Amino acid sequence: MAMVTTVSARETGRPARVLALAGVLAALAVVVVLSIALGSNQLSVGQVLHALFAYDGTYADVVVRDTRLPRTVLGIAAGMALGLAGALLQSVTRNPIADPGLLGINHGAAVMIVFASAVFGVTSPAVAVWFAFAGSLGATALVYAIGGGRGAASPMRLALAGIAVQATFVGLNQAMQVIDTHALDQMRFWLVGSLANRDLGTLTGLVPFFVAGVVMALLLGRALNAIALGDDAAHGLGANPALIRLASVVAVGLLAGSATAACGPIAFVGLMVPHLVRFVAGQDERWVLGLSVLAAPVVLLGCDVLGRLLASPAELQVGIVTDVIGGIVFVLLIRSLKAVSK
Amino acid sequence: MTRRVVAVVACLVLVAFGFAVLSIGTGDYALAPGEVLATLAGQGSKADYLIVTEQRLPRVLVAALVGVALALSGAVFQTLSRNPLGSPDIIGFTAGSATGGVATIIVFGAGTVTVALGAVVGGLLTALLVAALCGPRGLRSDRLVLIGVGVGTVLVGVNSYLLTRSTLEAASQAVTWQVGSLAGRDWGYVWPVAAVVCLLAPVLFGYARPLRMLEMGDETAIGIGVDVDRVRRVLFVLAVALTAVAVAAAGPIPFVALAAPQLVKRLTRQPGPNLLASAVMGALLVLAADYLGQRLLDASLLPVGVVTSALGGAYLAWFLLLGRRRPAALASR
Repeated sequence: MAMVTTVSARETGRPARVLALAGVLAALAVVVVLSIALGSNQLSVGQVLHALFAYDGTYADVVVRDTRLPRTVLGIAAGMALGLAGALLQSVTRNPIADPGLLGINHGAAVMIVFASAVFGVTSPAVAVWFAFAGSLGATALVYAIGGGRGAASPMRLALAGIAVQATFVGLNQAMQVIDTHALDQMRFWLVGSLANRDLGTLTGLVPFFVAGVVMALLLGRALNAIALGDDAAHGLGANPALIRLASVVAVGLLAGSATAACGPIAFVGLMVPHLVRFVAGQDERWVLGLSVLAAPVVLLGCDVLGRLLASPAELQVGIVTDVIGGIVFVLLIRSLKAVSK
Repeated sequence: MTRRVVAVVACLVLVAFGFAVLSIGTGDYALAPGEVLATLAGQGSKADYLIVTEQRLPRVLVAALVGVALALSGAVFQTLSRNPLGSPDIIGFTAGSATGGVATIIVFGAGTVTVALGAVVGGLLTALLVAALCGPRGLRSDRLVLIGVGVGTVLVGVNSYLLTRSTLEAASQAVTWQVGSLAGRDWGYVWPVAAVVCLLAPVLFGYARPLRMLEMGDETAIGIGVDVDRVRRVLFVLAVALTAVAVAAAGPIPFVALAAPQLVKRLTRQPGPNLLASAVMGALLVLAADYLGQRLLDASLLPVGVVTSALGGAYLAWFLLLGRRRPAALASR
């Protein structure tokens, strides 16, 4: 069974899930307000609400509309994409430590974006996202091929395949930056993973990729439940496991590609969130996906706010904060895994 | 040593020397290999002599010494953890040494000795932390690799955080250092590394026999009369110190410690850690990577860490594919 090793396979009742949904929505609202209020200019909750609902052009209103709001919207979208991609990967690979960042998929997208910029001079995100999509699909295929493919590959093998692929991509990225120092300057902050100073206008080209990925992922819930029973049972239920896996990989490519094109390779959000969600949602993939899509923005925005507070008056890129927090969660997770013996 | 081991070591030394000569000849002022050899023998022109001894030779020496240190520590850790992937770069000790180094650069400013001390302390603390997190069996745990990866990620993030808290000058210095680079290494870098390697490597070679016994399992080693606990502690400290010195001199160059002992194992077809051959292989890998980094792209110098990162990732992927065909290669106890 898919995640029996990490979470006891208790069946969770509907009331608990509805309660969790309400809790996640409330947390999202709180984090959004914090993300708009906190930064080098601290704003009060009153100012935030004023800017959102009674905009009249005061300085605080402009700060909110021009920098904080776009950043928050970007964080919500990127969080949704990363959380869904992680939940899909964990379900398809039946591996509790699958994550688009840890498996090198985000870095695959990043390599192609840097390549497009260094070789073809592509700077528009709307064009770069095609390269990102190709890169994330290629990286997924590569990790799959090296790390053991379908079925329950051991967490160790998959993680190591991810490390290998990621190290190669990071090296290639750095090499390309050395060749093209102009690209280096533009890419340096983006490559760490950051929500700051992204112009939402230029990111509209990513929206179709993002929306297609989210819709595909949310529709796959029932099918993933079927293949969790094993391929034979899935066939019996009228599902086509090969097609479902292919669709999931394409959705992961769309989600990881658009998230990386927008804010760089960010790891561990896709790892942490589905695990947190499974504690309350149990094993039903429809609920896991549905709650992940709402909980992941809470984690990503929370990390972003933390980065602004920790390093103020400067700020720490969100990718660094997720690395630290995610790394700690990862270690705790490994310690609790029964599949990896002591 | 069997005849095959002797032959392998001789070949590795020759190839490493070849890369060293090529590397010395590379730069804005290019020298043919013949000219390099003549200059080293004291028969070149005065200008050649100055360029070779003042600029190129120290860099090559640092590369070779760092390679030796990394490979030895990789061989020791792979034996102690009884895991072919238990090398210091995979399990986060290299990142921990870098954290110590970056912290000292920022707090005390850069100086070879202080950075080296910081790197040693950082590496030791990280090693202890990882061992504690792995549980009762410590570094022999199956979880070692994954926990080490997690700890390494956290430390890389911590390094980035430290950089934001520092002055621009210290930060740019620390950033270059963090990739793993040999650019601008002069005699001031050679002496500390040379001293430590020349001091620790013979001690380590003295432990070659107990190390081979450990490879066969603790019970067997105890049966033969090895004081397992003491040997483990000594080897642990020696290996951490070697990693830290290498990191202090050239930054955290990835994958050399992982690959060198494993490549040697395949070449010599001998079980157990082969310290001498591994050390030469490490020197060869760093020299070759540094040469490639200087030569691969016209007019742009790739830091050596970038080259080993790209090549090492490919090597690890190949290693995993190999293990898939023969699961025994990856099996750890």
